[in-house]
Amino acid sequence: MKQYEYLAKQTLASYGIPIPPGKVVDTPEQARKAVEEIGPVALKAQVLVGGRGKAGGIRFASTPSEAGQLTQQMIGMDLKGYTVERLYAEAKLDIDQELYISVTTDRNTKEPLVMASRAGGMEIEDVSDDQIVRRYVDPRVGVEPYFGREMASALGLNGTIFKEFADLVVKLYRIYQQKDAELVEINPLTVVHGHLVAADARLNIDDSALFRHPEVERIEEGSELERKVHEIGLAYVELDGDIAVMANGAGMAMATLDAIQYFGGRPANFLDAGGGASVEPTAQALGVLVSMQPKVIFVNIFGGITRCDDVARAILQVKQTVGIPVPLVVRLVGTNEAEGVKLLADAGIAAYSEMAEAAEQAVKLAGEGR
Amino acid sequence: MAILLTSQSRVIVQGMTGNQGRFHTGQMVAYGTQVVGGVSPGKGGQTVDGVPVFDTVREAVASTQADASIVFVPAPFAKDAAFEAMENGIRLLVMIPEHIPVQDAIAIVTRARDLGVVVIGPNTFGIISPGQHTKMGIMPNHIYKPGPVGVVARSGTLSYEIAFSLTNAGLGQTTVVGMGGDPVVGQTFMSVLEEFKTDPDTHAIVMVGEIGGSAEEEAAEHIKALGKPVVAYLAGRAAPPGKRMGHAGAIIERGRGTLESKEKALIAAGAQVVTMPWQVAEAVSKVLH
Repeated sequence: MKQYEYLAKQTLASYGIPIPPGKVVDTPEQARKAVEEIGPVALKAQVLVGGRGKAGGIRFASTPSEAGQLTQQMIGMDLKGYTVERLYAEAKLDIDQELYISVTTDRNTKEPLVMASRAGGMEIEDVSDDQIVRRYVDPRVGVEPYFGREMASALGLNGTIFKEFADLVVKLYRIYQQKDAELVEINPLTVVHGHLVAADARLNIDDSALFRHPEVERIEEGSELERKVHEIGLAYVELDGDIAVMANGAGMAMATLDAIQYFGGRPANFLDAGGGASVEPTAQALGVLVSMQPKVIFVNIFGGITRCDDVARAILQVKQTVGIPVPLVVRLVGTNEAEGVKLLADAGIAAYSEMAEAAEQAVKLAGEGR
Repeated sequence: MAILLTSQSRVIVQGMTGNQGRFHTGQMVAYGTQVVGGVSPGKGGQTVDGVPVFDTVREAVASTQADASIVFVPAPFAKDAAFEAMENGIRLLVMIPEHIPVQDAIAIVTRARDLGVVVIGPNTFGIISPGQHTKMGIMPNHIYKPGPVGVVARSGTLSYEIAFSLTNAGLGQTTVVGMGGDPVVGQTFMSVLEEFKTDPDTHAIVMVGEIGGSAEEEAAEHIKALGKPVVAYLAGRAAPPGKRMGHAGAIIERGRGTLESKEKALIAAGAQVVTMPWQVAEAVSKVLH
């Protein structure tokens, strides 16, 4: 779960990392007040995407009236597909230098990884390797102050900044661990009047660990439909095609999208109905697909733990209640296949056994393909 | 033979008296797995399918000499269960639950490395060795058969699809390993390939990968030195960047973990890369003959 910048910064501040003074604003009046209190500000759109600056999501205001006008323009604007609902008015910084630092998990070594660079301000992917200092953390040892000093030294920092940086590494690792962060990043980490200040921050919390973080604000991401499906406990991603897809298991769902694309079609969504879903959740998932008004619905099931007769019952339930007004292609194999296929056949629905054939048919019915 | 799991493995089930634990204990026993005990705190003295239940792993190991454990407890308690198993001598640990915090997974795999414990998962369907009539997992029993193909996968149902297509093509399996769909898991493609390398009965290996991370790229280096043919199929060609495709680990983040880079690395290493799941069996058939 991604956190908005202002929330990430509140967390940094609570661990003693210096941040610029700032205020969340969502009206011109509040923005004017903010400037009166803090002086010249950067007005930063609070959205969950990177690259805000280039997209016009960061503007500068020196006077209250300027801040009011800019806020008027920015609230409600579209930024890379996200609507701006609030801004963070933050004291404009007199920046001498920009650094980068982050803590994340390296999936291959299965260890925490601290990365730092003197080339701050740009995406770390765009920084050349020789400008990045990477240090893995032994999870049994954690990050003691010496670890921070070694990183500061490897970066070639000295004096006050050396000490402040070393201290910041320890605090940032503490956030990573205590908040179950997938990523905590300060970029740029600026030098202002000889001291470090976190000018921008990202904090992504591990969804699986939210149960032990009641203090962390829940941020809903995604379209209305995505939120609705997530609420019924299913994995769902909206895509821009017109063939609605349901499969059981994440890998199968991905493979099903690939198959549609392979035959020249365009999938409308990713929907994992679960590896062992029963009638009710499967019917709910199918109901969502119907509500999307796609050209075709493609259900691809390999019944392992999922029983094919349950899937067939779910399909029939939806057909008899809300109705399925678009062509439906069903591929059904595995556990209780014969029962499932018969249930569908009795209702006039033919089921495929080959995934390839079924995917090709779905694409054909959508009027697409090669 | 098989890798990691054989008919000699003595298995306990942690969380045996829950719905899932109870159902899959029955399935594992039916398949032939030596399930020697179960653990459910406070339920010691009961039995499930004739298998004795203990309050602690310590008691279970002491009275059954178990060396393997499969964990079904809810994710928030999985770290505790994993450590209880490892500290009491379990050397093969299968972690079924989804949604285990990554920090917990890091702690588990770190301790496992120190103790030499093989961890399968978390968020896995488990491991099955058809020739040994032994499985630790939640996969359906009827889709596998003994044979010369080793399979290593990240995803459950997709691996069922592929294993079943192999079985239907007359290509049985030595062992099928589910690494799990989480960002941090006990195994890597590399570590499982190493196991298959030394198994005399495995003559070809199927890798079922997906977008996210760089486990497939890392494994590619090893394929060159494997001395056995590898067929790879990866899912997620149509996945947009920045979106989690069901698995916590299946996400293209900031340009990393794309299918293109994975397939390129695998092809360069000499693997047969197919683009659709139904092409796997034919490709395996070709490399075997």
